[in-house]
Order: sequence, then structure tokens, then C-alpha cells
Amino acid sequence: PRRTHRRAPSRATPAMNCRAEVLEVSVEGRQVEEAMLAVLHTVLLHRSTGKFHYKKEGTYSIGTVGTQDVDCDFIDFAYVRVSSEELDRALRKAVGEFKDALRNSGSDGMGQISLEFYQKKKSRWPFSDECIPWELWTIKVNVVNLANEQERQICREKVGEKLCEKIINIVEVMNRHEYLPKMPTQSEVDNVFDTSLKDVQPYLYKISYQITDSLGTSVTTTMRRLIKDTLAL
Amino acid sequence: AMDTDLSSQDRKDLDKFIKFFALKTVQVIVQARLGEKICTLSSSSPTGSDWFNLAIKDIPEVTHEAKKALAGQLPAVGRSMCVEISLKTSEGDSMELEIWCLEMNEKCDKEIKVSYTVYNRLSLLLKSLLAITRVTPAYRLSRKQGHEYVILYRIYFGEVQLSGLGEGFQTVRVGTVGTPVGTITLSCAYRINLAFMSTRQFERTPPIMGIIIDHFVDRPYPSSSPMHPCNYRAGEDNGAVYPSVEDSQEVCTTSFSTSPPSQCVFTVTKAHFQTPPPVVTDTLKVPVMGLAFSHQLSSSRLSYQPAALGVGSADMGYPVLFAGGLNAAHPHQLIGPSKEGGVPPIPSQPAHGTQADQERMCTPLDGVHYSAATPSSSEDTETVSNSSEGKCGSPHDLLETIFIRKVGAFVNKPINQVTMANLDIPFAMFAPKNVELEDNDPMVNPPDSPETESPLQGSLHSEGSSGSSTGNTHDDFVMIDFKPAFSKDDILPMDLGTFYREFQNPPQLSSLSIDIGAQSMAEDLDSLPEKLAVHEKNVKEFDAFVETLQ
Repeated sequence: PRRTHRRAPSRATPAMNCRAEVLEVSVEGRQVEEAMLAVLHTVLLHRSTGKFHYKKEGTYSIGTVGTQDVDCDFIDFAYVRVSSEELDRALRKAVGEFKDALRNSGSDGMGQISLEFYQKKKSRWPFSDECIPWELWTIKVNVVNLANEQERQICREKVGEKLCEKIINIVEVMNRHEYLPKMPTQSEVDNVFDTSLKDVQPYLYKISYQITDSLGTSVTTTMRRLIKDTLAL
Repeated sequence: AMDTDLSSQDRKDLDKFIKFFALKTVQVIVQARLGEKICTLSSSSPTGSDWFNLAIKDIPEVTHEAKKALAGQLPAVGRSMCVEISLKTSEGDSMELEIWCLEMNEKCDKEIKVSYTVYNRLSLLLKSLLAITRVTPAYRLSRKQGHEYVILYRIYFGEVQLSGLGEGFQTVRVGTVGTPVGTITLSCAYRINLAFMSTRQFERTPPIMGIIIDHFVDRPYPSSSPMHPCNYRAGEDNGAVYPSVEDSQEVCTTSFSTSPPSQCVFTVTKAHFQTPPPVVTDTLKVPVMGLAFSHQLSSSRLSYQPAALGVGSADMGYPVLFAGGLNAAHPHQLIGPSKEGGVPPIPSQPAHGTQADQERMCTPLDGVHYSAATPSSSEDTETVSNSSEGKCGSPHDLLETIFIRKVGAFVNKPINQVTMANLDIPFAMFAPKNVELEDNDPMVNPPDSPETESPLQGSLHSEGSSGSSTGNTHDDFVMIDFKPAFSKDDILPMDLGTFYREFQNPPQLSSLSIDIGAQSMAEDLDSLPEKLAVHEKNVKEFDAFVETLQ
């Protein structure tokens, strides 16, 4: 059913209105970074706008988002990302940490990385601002070890095909035109968008990851915040 | 009733959005099949000219083709805009790979806000299109084009035709956007058995062809097509310069030549010359040698380099049917429309031509995209100057130099069909220079062995040897002619063919000659004991030697 009205996230149970999507991939160790970047960039391509420039009387104009093709070295795959070096750096940093954590954990190579889009809801003092997620993407990763070059070649192709499917899945979700935060006024823009980048403006997001140890329980190693919010008290 | 709900301003806006959305859709699809990586810059300050807040380049020829196909209409129920992507091999086989369809259905969303929600959703849909165009099988194929095949596009408006995609084709939906007048749907139907076609078979040497994209269609039933070939007809020519200037009903599509400094060969109809000089919009600047024309990419957004090969900025006044830009890594590679592209071997080709819309007949000037001024075109136009370099003078001069097919190097065929105008084939230095000199070309007709008698010569031909075996060798194998490949060499006086012929009959080894073997067996046996005694005396030395080896 197509909704034409915006639905405000409920305060009592924020998780209920948070759309959650889960993707799973099995990759070789050296493919982890590229596979994660491909998925994260594809999501952020759809969840980034140009920079807003507010003018008088509440109107605003929107900057232009450029895009570029990225070829993967270890996967037979290419994807499109937003042309923003800052954004690319931020994602690479997060994915790099995830990859290192996967490698060092000594687990069977299972973990997941999450990209969460949220809105900030300002609270009155002395309460701190709430972060209310409205969309959560989780990528479950299973790292495989391959014995020989022939297997690796097949893996290159197969992972490439799998990633094509994931991109199609992501686009399907995006196309549902489900809840998106209302376009904010100038005073509210930082509650909805990350305005810290100089060339594009993604919705507020944070990336976190978890490594699953061999017992299958999830061990949270780090929670990272990649946005420049601070808890002001 | 629909229209009363929508204000006239909204209706106008909506129509405009849909029109530009269609044009941008075509740009994204075609650019994704050029075979190169696309890169555009983000800009925080809005320029006001980037539709849907996305930096998507407008390749003028592509826009032109799209506008032509749409002919002022918008996608509506039963009237879809389709972009067909096909592959064409150097042998002339072609195959449809994908059909991208922009359709409209009747489901209306009356409450949606046009200027805001619809616009943003169209922007989102374009982003989805950017993503999806990289994940269908044709993307990887298009990245590897130029070796043995090229990727072509065709835009048509009307009913979607999926029959060319073979059995079991798959569909992927890019997305939908509801509007008060209907729901816009964007999807792609793609050939499936291509997925098993290994792209690796196409990876060999660096490309010798420019990256080509064309927008003509290979007719499924060539014999029934009203079009005439624009380019060569192998086997039918009699050495005449391209004869179909009078015959051809098509207009121009360029034939592509295969050389690293790529060229575009234009074949034009006579009719075209009667029209006023076409106005070519600010279009591609392509480096072309010999034919000396170039076009400028209109926008600076793309990271294409107009390669500086020192060519003039001229055009001969031909409609240049280009699509695509330049490969930044290979700035000399040309992207442009092509027919057979001058790729040897050149088979007999059925009629080809430019046809933007299957439903319309191809009229003589149909394909002349720029000669008729496009009324709706508001782009800057520049009249093409007639300055040119080198061999090409005025357009009329150029017509004389147009040739149908270039005979590539290593081709052992009579080339009387071809008027060689320019050396624009790969390995041109190996190619026969021109028709008249073909007989003198050592590659085609290797010279006879030198007449001078050298000492070597004598022994080679074994005149003095007592062996009769050499004579037998001569009798058994007679060399008729020898045309070795890669063998043309201006530096040495003797080329490979000559060398081979001289040295193909080396003298027998002396130990194999019968004279020496005339010793009787008995003598051999007698000398054996002596030899053995000598060896036994030296046995210690032999042993020591063997030790050193271990």
C-alpha cells in the first residue's frame, strides 16, 4: 500500500517503526572490504542528497550529487558511489576496522556490519537527545577460506553475481518509498541530515559491527559513531 | 477528471519532469554501456541546471536521439520509451542484450505532491538506475568491448518488443514513481543466456578499435528492410569508390575504422549535400587523424579528455552521429557510431542504417540528425567550420576520399575494392601501401631468392654434395609461394620469406652421408678391441670424472 503521509516515529517504541533489512554474503577474506563498501555505498547513494542551502522564507535549494564507478579488485563487480571523498573515507575506515576485527577475533570469520539511519529528537534539559532509528541495514558476513587459485577465481565470479543480487534487493527496498524523515527546516536540519560533509548530505547514519565468536554468541567489540554528534549534558 | 485535480502549473511541471526524466534515463543507460567508468562531481552550490539534483552528463547526440524518438510525446499508457542495448561482433553478428523500458500505467496517485515528492522520487529512481545498470550482464560485456564486439543502442517509442532477447529472459525492476496522471515504471528485460558467456574470451590484446556506441539497429530481417547499406558490400564492388552515394537512402552513420588513432569515416548521401550546412551542437571533440575534425564535449563535468592530437577543430559539415565521450585513458579512442567499423574480415552485410523508430520508414534524410534544425533544440549551436587539415579539404573533397573498407594488415586478398585514403588501420606499416604497389609489396609477393651466387648459396642448394637425399627433398616439396606474416622489413635487404626459401634446404650432416657410412661393418668391429683397451687404461680418469659429477 502506498503511503502518502509521513508517519512520525513513535517515541515509546522506536524500534517498531524502524525498517530493518538484512543481507548475507559469503566472501573470501580479501573480498570483505570491497563487498561491504559496495553495499554501504549503494545504500548511501540512495540516502544522500545534495547540500541544502536555505534561503529566506523557509525555502531551500539543493546541491548536486555526482556519482562515480568503482571497480573491485578482488571481485568481478563494479558499483556506483556518491562522489564524495569524505564519505568514502568514512566508510573505508569503518569497513577497515570491521575487517581487522574479523581477522583478529579468532572466530570462524562470522560477523555483521550495520548501517543505521536515525533522527535526532531534541529533548529538554536535562535529558539528552534521542536517536531514533528509522532504517537499519545489516550485512551478515561469512568469511570462507579457499584452497587454490581455481577456487578463488570461481569465488570472484560468484561473489560478483551475489553482489548483483544484493544491489537489486537494495533497490527494491528503496523503491517502496516507505518512511523518510520529513524535510527539515533550517533549524532542524542537523537532526535529520549529516551536514558535516562539504559536498553531499547523507541522512544521519551510524555504522557499527559485531563479531560472532565460534560459539555463535555475538560479542560486541566496538560501537563506533561516525557522526559528529556529542551527547550534551 | 484527472486534469481538474491537478493545477495547470502542476501539470506543466509534471510533464516537464517526466520529459527530462526520460532524457536523463537514456543518458544513464547509454553512458553505462560506453565501456568506461563514469565520474561526475558533486557540487554543493546548485547550478540550477542539474536535473533531479544529480550530476548526469548530457551527451548531445544521445539527447538528440531520445528527443527524436519521443517526437514531442511523453511516455503514456501503451506508449513506452525503450532503450535497446545490443552487441555486435566483428563478424557482423548481432544480438539484443537488454531492453530498458520506461512505461506509464494508469494507477494514479492523486494526492502526491508534484513539485516535491514526485521530483524527489524521480531523483531516487535515477539513482537506482545508476546502480542497476551496473549489475546486469551487459555491463561487464560493455566494459570489455572494442576487441571483438561493440555495444550499440537504439531508442524507440511505442510498444515494447522483447522478442529479440531470446528465451528465458529475465526482468529487473528499477522502480516506480506514482504521479497524479499515472505511475511511471522503469524496468529492464535482459537476455539470460549471456550470463554464461564468459567475458574472458574477449580479453586478449589491448583494444585496437575505439570504443563504439552506435544507435542504429540491426534489422532482424535484413532482406526485408528498405534500407540500403551505408557501407561496403564485400564482393560487389569493382574498385569503384564507394558507389552508394546515389543509392543510399540512409544517411549517415559513420563507419568506424580500427586504428589506435581512430577515425570516423563518414558516408553521406548526396541528398545531404543539398541541405543547408547542418548545425552541429556543441558535441564531442574527438581526436581524428587524417580526416581532421573534432567536436567538443559540451560539458566539463565528465572526466573525459578531449585528446589533443593536434587536429583541427573542423568538421566537414557532416552529421556526426556520436555517442559517448572519450576514454580518458586512451584519449585517442573514439566513441562514435559505427557500422561494420572496418574490421577485417568484412562479410557481406545486409542493409543497415539508422533507424530511430521501428514504426517509421527510413527516409533519405531520416538519419540526418543535424541537418534539419531541431526546433526544440535550445542548445548552443555552432556552425561547423570547414577548416581541415591534411588530406581533407572541403566536404566535397572528403567525399572522394571516403572509402568503404580498409584492408587491414596481414590480409592476403586483392584490394582492388578499396581506395586507400588514409593509413588508418592497425599495423598500418605492414599493410599494402596502395593498390598499384601491391605487386611490389614483399609481404604480398615475397621476392625471389637473390640471384647473386654466394658461397652459402652453393652449399645450400647442395649442388656439389654427393648426397642424393637433398635432391629428393627438392622433388618432394616444391614451394609455390610463400607469404609469411609479420615479415615486412625495410631495414634488411632480405626478408623473412627470402630467408626461409634460401635456408629451407640445408646441407646434410656429413655424418649422415652415405660416403662416410661406406665403411664396412667388419672394419668397425675390428677396431673395437683397440678402442676398448684404450678406454680401460683410462678407467681411473673416467671414474674420477664421474665422481665430480655427483
